[in-house]
Amino acid sequence: MRINLQAIKVIYKYEMLRAWKTLFQSLASPVISTALYFVVFGSAIGSRIDTIEGVSYGLFIVPGLTMLSLLTQSIANASFGIFFPKFTGSIYEVLSAPVSFFEIMVGYVGAAATKSFILGVVILITASFFVDLKIAHPVWMATFLILTCISFSLFGFIIGLWANNFEKLQIIPLLIITPLVFLGGSFYSVSMLPPFWQTVTLFNPVLYLVSGFRWSFFEVSDVNVGLSLGMIVVFLVACLLVISWMFKTGYRLKE
Amino acid sequence: MNSIVSIQNLSKVYEGGHQALKEINLEIKKGEILALLGPNGAGKTTLISTICGIVSPSSGTVKVNGHDIIKNYRDSRQMIGLVPQELTLGAFETVWNTINFSRGLFGKKRDDAYLEKLLKELSLWDKKTNELRTLSGGMKRRVLIAKALSHQPEILFLDEPTAGVDVELRKDMWNIVRRLRESGVTIILTTHYIEEAEEIADRIGVINNGELLLIEDKKELMHKLGQKQLIVELKEPTENLPNLLSKYNVSLSQDGAKITYTYDTRGDGTGITSLLQAINESGLVLKDMQTTQSSLEDIFVHLVHDDGFDQKEKNIDQTAKEEKPDAH
Repeated sequence: MRINLQAIKVIYKYEMLRAWKTLFQSLASPVISTALYFVVFGSAIGSRIDTIEGVSYGLFIVPGLTMLSLLTQSIANASFGIFFPKFTGSIYEVLSAPVSFFEIMVGYVGAAATKSFILGVVILITASFFVDLKIAHPVWMATFLILTCISFSLFGFIIGLWANNFEKLQIIPLLIITPLVFLGGSFYSVSMLPPFWQTVTLFNPVLYLVSGFRWSFFEVSDVNVGLSLGMIVVFLVACLLVISWMFKTGYRLKE
Repeated sequence: MNSIVSIQNLSKVYEGGHQALKEINLEIKKGEILALLGPNGAGKTTLISTICGIVSPSSGTVKVNGHDIIKNYRDSRQMIGLVPQELTLGAFETVWNTINFSRGLFGKKRDDAYLEKLLKELSLWDKKTNELRTLSGGMKRRVLIAKALSHQPEILFLDEPTAGVDVELRKDMWNIVRRLRESGVTIILTTHYIEEAEEIADRIGVINNGELLLIEDKKELMHKLGQKQLIVELKEPTENLPNLLSKYNVSLSQDGAKITYTYDTRGDGTGITSLLQAINESGLVLKDMQTTQSSLEDIFVHLVHDDGFDQKEKNIDQTAKEEKPDAH
């Protein structure tokens, strides 16, 4: 099988360069918002909460907070990356180049996932200034981090392909992702909810992400860690299937 | 025929049901400049976009140097450079980065020397660090050409290359096109400026309503369809055409001062000698005379008009090329 590595490289580089140009904004914004969350939830409110399952509240919210930024930024990066050339029309040159759809996806999603990964690391570093952060299972932590970056960048890529205006580009992250993250146990343990809402929360895919990620830090989780991993893989495969269908049919790319 | 692009029974029906291409059959010869003429919405861009892989064909096949554009898309696209009609460029990257990006997409390693030469040829070298959004329309057009040539294609598609372009760039562009042709590059351009096709093309195809109405060698086309007119100016105006002239295809101007004779250059004899004799015998005195030849534009208007196109929509100035009197 022939692979146009050079094309993947230039798409990846192009997308990374785009982030480099807005480096301050890309890094300062998550650092500031993380710091604010710690001030508000960690110190002001968190000081009145004892511990959750033996973990101080300040520490407890670190994985959820990281996931919140990771999810929104992965989606934003990947969706904008493919949407903008569609919007300006410059996508024509990617479509008329000897590049397979797989290579296009690897270039765009790879760059978006890399940016999110760096962001995740920056947030964790910022958090370590506020709390005494210890990671119980670093390999698992990295695995969850990377899988989340990739799968949500794939999801963002789907949104970018689907969207044919700026409103559509914003609507899913705003109306679906953010509520799911907030209601997926990012800032609380599901066990704190009444039984009915505990059951409802089990249908929230973000719960599995946050829970697995949190387990890798504190060995505390709402659901089994294997289940968490399984759910991320299922989500990742589902995204790949949707993208391969989109590419096969040329959905919103080719007429 | 040594064709580099072979199109067979190509049709395209868009989702809304609009049939943009109808059973197109076309062989594009290696090394030629082919101009595709047609009014807006004729299907020119759809045809080019299909060959380049941007639009999926509904039926039919296209082969580029023997490579099917769908099965062997890598090989076929590798050979093609495309300059699109719209100024479809990003905004925040620099000229230098964007042409490197284009080259990389075609799997080619960096070649700074070649890209420098290319930018210099297109008068873009001093703009290489400029962001694309800061460039004027003409400069953006040059960047699109540079992008299309960045991977050294063997076939270049220029979709309406001179729409909204100033005289200088147009001249530069034709110089580049000629130079590329000399180096063996096949060039296909679409235009609705007939003078362009007339000036630069080897062959001309006319498209309207998704159909290829005609494809001909330019000179043959001009010759084949070219009618000439002899305009005879009279010293004294006449009220009616003399009976002696009734067997000729002539008309009298409103003021009675000019007689126009339309004849076919393909005929064995043009009839000019006998016509002049007849005028003389009718007692009319000549003051001056001139001939005019149908331009490609006249031919085009004629063809497209016959095809049912509303001429009013075209808004094309009718110009005829004037020539000195021919001795027949």
